Amino acid sequence: MPFLVERRQLVTPGDLIAEDDFNAGENTYQEDKRIYASRVGLANFAGRNAYVVAVKGCYMPVVGDLVIGKVVETRLGAWNVDINAPYVGVLFTSEAFGRSFNSKRDEMTSMLDTGDLIVAKIISFERTRDPMLTIREPGLGRITRGHVIKISPTKVPRLIGKKGSMITLLKRETSCQIMIGQNGYVLVSGAKPELEALAILAINTIEKNAHTTGLTDRISELIKNEKKEKGLDGT
Amino acid sequence: MSDSYGVITKVKQKKISELLIQDKRLDGRGLEDYRDIKVETGLIERAAGSARVSLGKTKVMVGVKVETGAPFPDTPEEGVLTVNVELVPLASPTFEPGAPNEDSIELARVVDRGIRESKAIDTKNLCIIPKKKVFVVFVDIYVLDHDGNLFDSSALASILALATSKMKDYTVDEETGELEYKSNEISLPIQNYPIEVTMAKIDDKLLVDPSLDEEDVIDAQITIAIGKNDEICAIQKSRPGAFTVDEISQAVTLATKKAKELRERFLNGGKDE
Amino acid sequence: MEPEKKYELINEQGLRLDNRKFDDLRPIKIDVGVLERANGSAYIEWGKNKILVAVYGPRDAHPRHLALEDRTLFRCRYHMAPFSTEERKNPAPSRREVELSKVIRESLEPVVFTELYPRTGIDVFIEVLESEGGTRCASITAASLALADAGIPIRDMVVACAAGKVNGQVVLDLSDIEDQKGDADLPVAIIPRTGEVTLLQMDGNLTREEFDKALNLAIEGCKKIYAMQKEALKKKYVEAKEDVEAEAEEAAGEADKE
Repeated sequence: MPFLVERRQLVTPGDLIAEDDFNAGENTYQEDKRIYASRVGLANFAGRNAYVVAVKGCYMPVVGDLVIGKVVETRLGAWNVDINAPYVGVLFTSEAFGRSFNSKRDEMTSMLDTGDLIVAKIISFERTRDPMLTIREPGLGRITRGHVIKISPTKVPRLIGKKGSMITLLKRETSCQIMIGQNGYVLVSGAKPELEALAILAINTIEKNAHTTGLTDRISELIKNEKKEKGLDGT
Repeated sequence: MSDSYGVITKVKQKKISELLIQDKRLDGRGLEDYRDIKVETGLIERAAGSARVSLGKTKVMVGVKVETGAPFPDTPEEGVLTVNVELVPLASPTFEPGAPNEDSIELARVVDRGIRESKAIDTKNLCIIPKKKVFVVFVDIYVLDHDGNLFDSSALASILALATSKMKDYTVDEETGELEYKSNEISLPIQNYPIEVTMAKIDDKLLVDPSLDEEDVIDAQITIAIGKNDEICAIQKSRPGAFTVDEISQAVTLATKKAKELRERFLNGGKDE
Repeated sequence: MEPEKKYELINEQGLRLDNRKFDDLRPIKIDVGVLERANGSAYIEWGKNKILVAVYGPRDAHPRHLALEDRTLFRCRYHMAPFSTEERKNPAPSRREVELSKVIRESLEPVVFTELYPRTGIDVFIEVLESEGGTRCASITAASLALADAGIPIRDMVVACAAGKVNGQVVLDLSDIEDQKGDADLPVAIIPRTGEVTLLQMDGNLTREEFDKALNLAIEGCKKIYAMQKEALKKKYVEAKEDVEAEAEEAAGEADKE
């Protein structure tokens, strides 16, 4: 039995998208032998997997994900980190500065304090406990410069692009360092504030138009035009 | 009641489901049976009327007080009815002292609806001075022991208390508007005898009068108030589950049948004495 | 004693005070995604009702001790603004608001996949800015959209509509005066895909036949409003899609993400 809607058709929760041989993929659910959408988005299938690319959804921590978070509380031996998920992330001092680190509060806040931004990795997540983070790998740690902006986590794949095509374009054309957290936080750091602003504009534009086609070309155009207007071509 | 701290054991839950397959219940009742009901009226001297109902192990007491007060502006010549519920802590380990929670408010409003919409009290006959002074009837429901189905027990105790209430006969001085009480007693002007029937849905079956154990595993429940002429006066679907339209239809038929039975047993079939 | 004023709620042509036929809905307008800070939101105008709904979550459940081990804590607050009614309403929650918060929550919870987010909370905040009878149905209808807008996985939208009896006739979607002066009010909420009823209340006086008629009429009303809900959700994205349909096909291959 077929896929019941057009590929990339906009569906709403409760819409029937496939029957019989299909499996319930992302953002769908199954009842009897029917697959229904559970979120607003574009319905599609890959092999026997019927799924919906959601326009909006919250970030669910996945072990191994790179995330950007904000320290919201300093406790004894651990920091609570807002990672834009339904659960607060926990960074134990042993995963920040090693087992020998003295967990006294003053020592802790001198290294990482409430309000600090960090790039971290998810090292564990079980249903009964909050997700645990680490910053003990190269490239992870406290963020000292740049801007962090927030996009919907469902748009992260679009921002990266097929085989990284979109993010490569952005980095090259804006000469900025861009670090994308799977949780929807993006760190933009550039030599000039105007270039950072340009990168942020491009990212926001991608987010708003993530569901459209021909986006990479249009973003390339957008950046070229903005650079011309603002006299940033020389860079 | 919603969210009790008492956690039902999985074993009991399974037993309920297994018995239901054969249309049986934990306490041996049939799906349409009420638990043992005992009623007593006239217990509290200071109240105009009172009733105590035991429904299985559930015990509810209702007291009626009649006072005077101002009418509501949109019904200037009608008496006022107020229904209140107290889920006092002694009735259950899950009741806490304090302001009324959503369960007690829902209970009060649903019992109120049954009485009010059936026009059980002829409020036009409770006017003393139009726009200024009317009789206010307070129905206070006190839950004493919670073993499930507070709706039906409270509603039955309320209508019994109202039906057996007595107040001093009176005349109204035309000029001063003062009440002059006489020595004899009269009943409240009662003209309908609503009965509320609660049915729970468990495993796609409808069960009348859920016990506390059953309340812990229900998907949803529905309470229907029926008047003496089989008219439907109030309905409340409760708990976060769903009913099919067929189930609702079944429930209305069942409620009409059971309401008639209860009215025959306890309220003389709704015929005025 | 004055003779009771007789209200001609239905005139000789069978039209109601606002010129509606017995099965006409009041005008309804819905917008989705109207608030910045909330995870999801919706605004509905239904007759003179104006209701704003915001959804937050799934997020950390507060207070923590209320969190449930195996699913999300789903909460709902129905509240009326002091200026929403004819006479100013005290902002403190009334008993009616408490009951409505409960029944509205119980009408929405059955479609939410609460087991997906244990130990978290999802909050639905309903603010009635102006009221004209039928606020609970409008609230449920808008709240479903706010949940969908927030990206909270749900089985379907829940849609609600009321029917009632006025001058002895069963009619759809009572206005304020029909609710006050009429003989019965029956608000109903359904899950359109399965037809299951998640809200059912009634007050007034109905015979069995009148009840069956009113229930069916309300459900028909719900189905019409469901179409409006879907349209409101799609509205935001359809405009962009129309632009795109004119674009070259080779772009489709690239954007087909996976």
